[in-house]
Amino acid sequence: MTPLTQVRSRTVVIASTNIDTDQIIPARFLTTTDKAGLGERLFADWRYLADGAPNPAFVLNQAQAGGCRILVAGRNFGCGSSREHAAWALLAYGFQAVISTEIADIFKSNALKNGLLPITVDAGTAQWLLAHPGAEVDIDLGETRLRLPNGAAVSFPIDAFARYCLMHGTDELDFLRGKLPDIEHYERARPW
Amino acid sequence: MASRTLFDKVWTGHEVVAETAETPAVLYVDLHLIHEVTSPQAFSVLRSLKLPVRRPQRTLATMDHSTPTISDQVHGREPIKADAAARQVRQLQVNAAEFGVELFDMRDARRGIVHVISPELGCTRPGMTIVCGDSHTSTHGAFGALAFGIGSTEVGHVFATQCLLQRKPKTFAINVEGALPPGVSAKDLILAIIGKIGVSGGTGFVFEYRGSTIRAMSMEERMTICNMSIEAGARAGMIAPDETTFAYLRDRPRAPRGADWDASVARWRTLISDPGAVFDASMDIDASALQPMITFGTNPGMVVPITAAIPAASGQSDPVLDKSLEYMGFHSGEPMLGKPVDVVFIGSCTNGRLEDLQAAARILKGRKVAAGVTLLVVPGSQQIKREAEELGLAQIFKDAGAEWRESGCSMCLGMNGDTVPAGRYCVSTSNRNFEGRQGVGARTLLASPMTAAASAVQGRIADPRELLR
Repeated sequence: MTPLTQVRSRTVVIASTNIDTDQIIPARFLTTTDKAGLGERLFADWRYLADGAPNPAFVLNQAQAGGCRILVAGRNFGCGSSREHAAWALLAYGFQAVISTEIADIFKSNALKNGLLPITVDAGTAQWLLAHPGAEVDIDLGETRLRLPNGAAVSFPIDAFARYCLMHGTDELDFLRGKLPDIEHYERARPW
Repeated sequence: MASRTLFDKVWTGHEVVAETAETPAVLYVDLHLIHEVTSPQAFSVLRSLKLPVRRPQRTLATMDHSTPTISDQVHGREPIKADAAARQVRQLQVNAAEFGVELFDMRDARRGIVHVISPELGCTRPGMTIVCGDSHTSTHGAFGALAFGIGSTEVGHVFATQCLLQRKPKTFAINVEGALPPGVSAKDLILAIIGKIGVSGGTGFVFEYRGSTIRAMSMEERMTICNMSIEAGARAGMIAPDETTFAYLRDRPRAPRGADWDASVARWRTLISDPGAVFDASMDIDASALQPMITFGTNPGMVVPITAAIPAASGQSDPVLDKSLEYMGFHSGEPMLGKPVDVVFIGSCTNGRLEDLQAAARILKGRKVAAGVTLLVVPGSQQIKREAEELGLAQIFKDAGAEWRESGCSMCLGMNGDTVPAGRYCVSTSNRNFEGRQGVGARTLLASPMTAAASAVQGRIADPRELLR
């Protein structure tokens, strides 16, 4: 994985709360056996009209969304199904970070393993971000801090190990395989 | 030793390496369940790294999400209609054969929804750690296992090491006391719990369901409860094993036998939260006060008693509620009872077990599905299908005018083409009423098998208690 230390970009805002992974990538697109083409399907039922044409009312189809790599969303982003396709689709589209007040557990874990930053912030910061779409935000993983154009600097929580892996481009599987002697010892020692 | 929770006992017993501030725990996985949708990318990782599945004997594969429920397609008399689904099924066959993983293939008599067949076969047992690339893995917690859904990258981790890197979650005791009134089921209880906690109130927690109501429940009911833990944001829900658990597991095909059984039961009996064990959060529910529940919105927390009206915004305005009601075509203040229904789905890992079908059949026996309503009944496994046919349940469904299908996830998520048409209303015994979950534009109302059956008969949202009299 490519090391990731900073994301600096304008934001796209989708203010809905409880955006579930069925919205991020509907189930009918999960019949793939690889990861190809998922970016085109991101938010498919919001992004495209019944005839397949882009829905002009949806933010990702509007000019100001072009090039934005940070998604700001309402509370409890990524709830529901464990499908990692949701994280893959966001990354394939071009997002590198999602900011919300709450991010669901399984989605957060999937995001971290793919280099998509799940950033949770306090209600005040979220409110400001939701009210200022297109704001230029600077996420610094080294300092675990995001800077807003209004001058605010807000620290965010992130698991220390996940942060280390992201910043060094370390694959968690390599770390886990390094524990194989411990795993073998555990298997031998277990009484059942 | 200090008092410990059930969760603590299972977690500690599987810690290969304990967590530190810098690194998560290395947690051993006893049973890894896989299916066709979330495993192919993980097998690709193994291939690219030239790694085997490290413990294939701890891995079980089935196909359920994208598989057809039409008999001719399942039994090979005609091809699987959906190309992409057929490709996914073939890929799992290739992967299972190449990596030496046991597969309950399309025409295997033991095939079914992954969370239905593992308990049915006795593979799910108390005290285990169980994972699957599916959020409803929480179902297996009904046996006192620590069971949770994972992503495909983690499926790869388990393939390669039989372990996962995990931070220890917090514990949440849900104490349920009192007898469920007639016509009120485990599904209604869990919907009420989700309504109270909210869809993110359980984030970061493992639930333990406790109390006299839970102790009085069958394993099927306990599975319905644990299944929907994730709908409140909790990755896992657990119930301490007891005599009901042991009676369910005894003599199952893969359950321990003889002296091994006795030793297992002795160990399983220790899997309780000790008196005085401390939980990070708790909540009390009075089961005797519950009614049948039904959802009115686009997440499982938007739920009301079936006799209630659709709620209004608590403050000046509520854009979340407005957006949901617009999608559903509903308005605040309207009663739920009597709203027209187009489709009824009885099935899924939440409510596709034999007891669920029996509950629906009690209502449907001698009655007809209302004109213009489609009722789809999809058993959770091929074994349940056979049992329902032997017990005459399938005939009751067919006589009522229902479609009786082969097992699978089916209309819960519509991956296999079993979908609800846009704008139509479906009373569904499944677990998610998200926008488009059952098909583009489909409008889902989550309810119990009894409520679903009653609504199918009346062609509108109906109170099952009226038909039980």
